[in-house]
Amino acid sequence: MSQEKILSSDGTPLEESLKKAERKNKLKAVLLVAPLFLFILIIYIFPIGDMLFRSVDDRMITKMLPKTFVAMEKWDGQDLPDEPVYEGLYEDLSVLKKNKTFGKIIARLNYEKSGFSSLIKKTIRKIDKLEEGNYKEQFIKIHKRWGQPEYLVALKNTAPNWSYAKYLKGVDLKFDEKRNIIQQDEDRRIYKTLWLRTINVAFWVTIFCFILAYPIAHLLATLPMKYSNLLMICVLLPFWTSLLVRTSSWMVLLQQQGPINDLIVWLGWAADDNRPELMYNVIGTFVAMTQILLPFMVLPLYSVMKTISPSLMRAGKSLGGTPLVSFVKIYFPLTIPGIGAGSLLVFILAIGYYITPALVGGASGSLISNNIAYHMKSSLDWAFASALGTMLLVGVLAIYWVYNKLVGIDNIKLG
Amino acid sequence: MSNDHFVRFENVDKSYDGKQLVVKGLNLDIEEGEFVTMLGPSGSGKTTCLMMLAGFETPTNGQIYLDNKVISDIPPHKRGIGMVFQNYALFPHMTVYENLAFPLRVRKIPKDEADKKVDKALSMVSLQGFEARMPMQLSGGQQQRVAVARSLVFDPKLVLMDEPLGALDKNLRESMQYEIKHIHENIGVTVVYVTHDQTEALTMSNRIAVFNDGKVQQLSSPDELYERPVNSFVAEFIGENNTFGGEVIDVSGDKCKVKLNSGIEIMANPIVAKSKGDKTTVSLRPERAIIDPENDMDNNHKGKIEEVIYHGDHTRLRVDLLGNKDFILKIPNSSNRMDIKEGKEIKIGWNSVDCRALDPK
Repeated sequence: MSQEKILSSDGTPLEESLKKAERKNKLKAVLLVAPLFLFILIIYIFPIGDMLFRSVDDRMITKMLPKTFVAMEKWDGQDLPDEPVYEGLYEDLSVLKKNKTFGKIIARLNYEKSGFSSLIKKTIRKIDKLEEGNYKEQFIKIHKRWGQPEYLVALKNTAPNWSYAKYLKGVDLKFDEKRNIIQQDEDRRIYKTLWLRTINVAFWVTIFCFILAYPIAHLLATLPMKYSNLLMICVLLPFWTSLLVRTSSWMVLLQQQGPINDLIVWLGWAADDNRPELMYNVIGTFVAMTQILLPFMVLPLYSVMKTISPSLMRAGKSLGGTPLVSFVKIYFPLTIPGIGAGSLLVFILAIGYYITPALVGGASGSLISNNIAYHMKSSLDWAFASALGTMLLVGVLAIYWVYNKLVGIDNIKLG
Repeated sequence: MSNDHFVRFENVDKSYDGKQLVVKGLNLDIEEGEFVTMLGPSGSGKTTCLMMLAGFETPTNGQIYLDNKVISDIPPHKRGIGMVFQNYALFPHMTVYENLAFPLRVRKIPKDEADKKVDKALSMVSLQGFEARMPMQLSGGQQQRVAVARSLVFDPKLVLMDEPLGALDKNLRESMQYEIKHIHENIGVTVVYVTHDQTEALTMSNRIAVFNDGKVQQLSSPDELYERPVNSFVAEFIGENNTFGGEVIDVSGDKCKVKLNSGIEIMANPIVAKSKGDKTTVSLRPERAIIDPENDMDNNHKGKIEEVIYHGDHTRLRVDLLGNKDFILKIPNSSNRMDIKEGKEIKIGWNSVDCRALDPK
């Protein structure tokens, strides 16, 4: 028997009248959310999507040399290709010369195989003088590299629209001519070190923050209001100060002629002419980042500790637990959600930190984000910067996932 | 010096800020096996006393003895005092079993013996089978019972309870009162109980210490406290009370004549105000005043009914009597008193014994 439809008192089905009654509220809710949704879509989701896309997008050469690649489809990639490929090259390069848009292609191809730069430049310079027919011979005459198969193979290798070569580069791997994945040349392996350093710095900064923040948060949660407010302001004041100002003040403090070094010399721990370098290396990065990220550890810990009733510790003691046992068995386990939240927050922020390592890190203290910035601003290899950024994002998501498996994300407490 | 009192407060002062005394020169003796309640309004110092006994606060002055030993220098975890907290203070990340086993584990009691003790303690509060539950999965009453069981599981000689029933609803609170009372009777542990609820105190205790203003106002058995309060604070605080302000004008034997502020004279029982000319507050329990007294009583006056309040099993009358517009009378709900209406004049009488001349307010 089918279930009878429930009617509301005016005879319309109940479900329908409920929808009707709720429609206005739903509309209101959607309208309220819309600005934020659009904002996030435009300045967050769309750029991230674009970044992901850019990191694997390799259509540029295919677009610029359309005829060449059509002709190349018939070539087996072993010996030199036949006439149609060179004809295609002639036509494509002529167009590029006319439009003056060959700059990008030179950079891209030279990245694929060094030597392309002069090859293309010379070819383009002389391309107007070529006569119709027998382009293969004329091309080889312009530059002998057109007669070497490896250059044409390298060109053919750029044909796929999508490529994960940038990701391989991000972990010091690359394709050889036969598209096997091999290690980067030894003098070019820098990214593994950089990743390991980044993770190392983020890890230790998290640990230092935890060690420093735990007692502060405990004091904040247990002191009487009038002292805890003062302490809270001491915690928040640097938090409200500009990041740049804080980092620069660390530069003042840590420099070789700075007050900390003066103190070390005064205490006799180092000779005046042999002052330790506290900045432009990993030490500077550690010190400055720990101080800057400290509030992100203090605040979640505080918010969790605030909810732990002081009578729990008292109960532990009255039941015979020494203060240490009561702390280890009762107080500490209850703060784990705060430790998790704070550590996750600090670690994720630290792993992508940019300004501080850029200013106080020097060469040995710079992190992956500094390299991303370098590729965005200086080398203009946006695809690679995007690939590194994506790897960082995936790494953070992976940490989040592991955390969720270990502790459970619903255990987290941020405030 | 202490002499054979189980717990003894000796001239204990306590101040938190160095300006105000929360507890003033407290002297209190508690015998072994007693159920003593510290009763008083909030801020009267009763919880502070409990905390000093438990070791979470230190006396500013004076000594506390437990079993003839000074306990000021013993840290709380070595005092071996069980405690039930206001909000139960169950460890939320431990199961009921782990909560109960905690005091046993820190005492390094072997597991099979600990299991037995936990089982015994849980059966005492009829919660067997709840070992694996988390505190969050229990109702308020069950949490409360776990807290009681935990405070008893390591066989302490003294258990402190700090308003343990405050968070429960009325019915549950009443049944828990009996339960705690029975546990106390069965195992003979000494209990010091803090509450601001006078019915709770009257129901459960052997003796009650009424606190006000950092001092014990009266320490006596529940009936004594109710029937014979020694001052007007206790009379006001315990049970309902009708008061008249006045001055003693004549004393003869166990009776005195008090001239009320309204000018009328009544007979009273001189307790605090004992000599002629003393200012006094006269206290009279509502149930000791009788409507239309048949035989002659010491005091016989007329009053006008201002308000009739129906209370189910009894009715309360607010009467304008001798200048006191808030004079309360209780009459049982029986069918022969249906003529009581607002505005009606009635005769009210009471004996001078029940009418205690205490200190002036």
